[in-house]
Amino acid sequence: MAQTFAEKILARKAGLDGVVPGQIVEITPDVILSHDNTAPIYGLFQRMGGEKVFDPDMHAVILDHATPAPSTKHAENHRIIREFVREQGIQNFYDVGRGICHQVLVESGLALPGEVVLGSDSHTPHAGVMGAFAAGIGRTEMASIWAIGQLWLRVPESLKITVTGQLEEGVTSKDLALTVIGDMRADGALYMSVEWHGEAIQDLPLSQRATLTNLMAEMGAKNSYIPPDEKVFDFLQDRARRDYDVVYPDPDATYALEIDYDAGKIEPMVACPHTVDNVKPLSEVRGRKIDQAFLGTCTNGRLDDLAAAAEVLEGRKIAEDRRMIVIPASEEVYLAAMQAGYLETFLKAGAVIESPGCGPCMGNHMGVPAVGEVSISTANRNFRGRMGTKESEVYLASPAVVAASAVAGAIESPANL
Amino acid sequence: MAEINGRVWKYGDNINTDVIFPGKYTYTVSEPAEMPQYALEDLDPEFASGVQPGDLIVGGSNWGCGSSREQAVVCLSEARLGAIIAKSFARIYYRNCLNNALPAIVCPEAVDAIENGEQVGIDLENGLITCQAGEFSFPPLPDAVMEIFNAGGLIPYTKKRLTEFK
Repeated sequence: MAQTFAEKILARKAGLDGVVPGQIVEITPDVILSHDNTAPIYGLFQRMGGEKVFDPDMHAVILDHATPAPSTKHAENHRIIREFVREQGIQNFYDVGRGICHQVLVESGLALPGEVVLGSDSHTPHAGVMGAFAAGIGRTEMASIWAIGQLWLRVPESLKITVTGQLEEGVTSKDLALTVIGDMRADGALYMSVEWHGEAIQDLPLSQRATLTNLMAEMGAKNSYIPPDEKVFDFLQDRARRDYDVVYPDPDATYALEIDYDAGKIEPMVACPHTVDNVKPLSEVRGRKIDQAFLGTCTNGRLDDLAAAAEVLEGRKIAEDRRMIVIPASEEVYLAAMQAGYLETFLKAGAVIESPGCGPCMGNHMGVPAVGEVSISTANRNFRGRMGTKESEVYLASPAVVAASAVAGAIESPANL
Repeated sequence: MAEINGRVWKYGDNINTDVIFPGKYTYTVSEPAEMPQYALEDLDPEFASGVQPGDLIVGGSNWGCGSSREQAVVCLSEARLGAIIAKSFARIYYRNCLNNALPAIVCPEAVDAIENGEQVGIDLENGLITCQAGEFSFPPLPDAVMEIFNAGGLIPYTKKRLTEFK
């Protein structure tokens, strides 16, 4: 029987000939990802009677949520994690400053085609950009995998999004993702496996594809997948930690839903407060005064995101009484941005550059807004209170629009500067 | 466990984990017993001080969307909430509920019928909700998952399996 990506990979992992949506399977993942929450998960693991983890090589522990530690409490959390990885012999440990977990997992060749990645973070579907089955899970169930090496998963229904044509100049995959989320709403892909197909997707560089798989968490998806091609194989050439066996869906597989988009019709979009599906065309939101612009996160903190913003900021200044914060998604991105001269452009424009990590995305530190302030950000969430205070507003947009808004002091298109 | 009865706290669609348990507390509040005081802080300031053991939350569609943070379930299970009835749940939130033995019930008809503040009873074994508007039935949990739920959550369940391993 013809199978979707999710059906095929879960059947393979469960050792079954085939599975159907709704079926519960028990599998052993290839990679398990945890971040600053590794310490509380360790506490749960101990409460379960756990002593040694099932397989230390399965673990990827990447600190990013509050790094470097903003308080003693956060520092203690990190200390427990360092002790834990040492005691358990976990090799894939990335300490503060190496980058955001989803970015680092991909860069370090741990997210591989045809493998299953489970992460105790809601944006784990990001790793589907490499052709992995990647889903977010909770802390207790992560602790249970540490202990017994297995977890139950419900085989998801699949949604196939086919994007034909070509994105216009100045339109990014962020705009495409926001358009789809606005159409499908926050629960449009609840529990589903979202596959991206079509020439417009294959045309995108990997960094832009990752924005798509990352943002599917905001539509309720369990995982998101892009069929791996030469771009993926080339990227993995010197990075892949082991051989991999690519999984593609069958061309005649049955999908719960199939939707089509013409890339040429996508325009720059902005997600307005306080939900990601409250999406409006940039042309309707222009002129809204902002206090702070934030360029970074696992959604849009990669080299070409920084390049797009630097192009806008070259020879320009951040507007008076405004702030711009730049956080490269990883050490690798940071170094490349430095070599390309983007960091100099940001500094000369008046932006603040901070060390790789999640930064103020979920309100922990490094530039949270004051009461009554408005932020425009390249992140993936704008929920009330997300950046620290519920008395603030967050708009989400592409890197070039965020940079242009920093210059204008209000939400603005780069074309109008 | 099978019989739940309590007062209803009713909310809308797409209630996300940032308003259920704000992100800024995720690494500063680590003791489960301390979590209930922050429950729903950015959604309903009355909730944390007013919720009684056995009370119910009735939510719209996509309850618990957003972050995977399990504190957004633990802050309610620690308050000994009886159950959450919703039109649908975000999937990680749903899993977190079952793993913490907090009944997460999908029943759109009941959600539409139930009023804020009323007393509602739930019979988990027979899949029945009794409210002022009448009775509503809901599908039971899949067997594979019921095993975890019946063990009292994933911690005791894994503990048992780990013992069997050794």
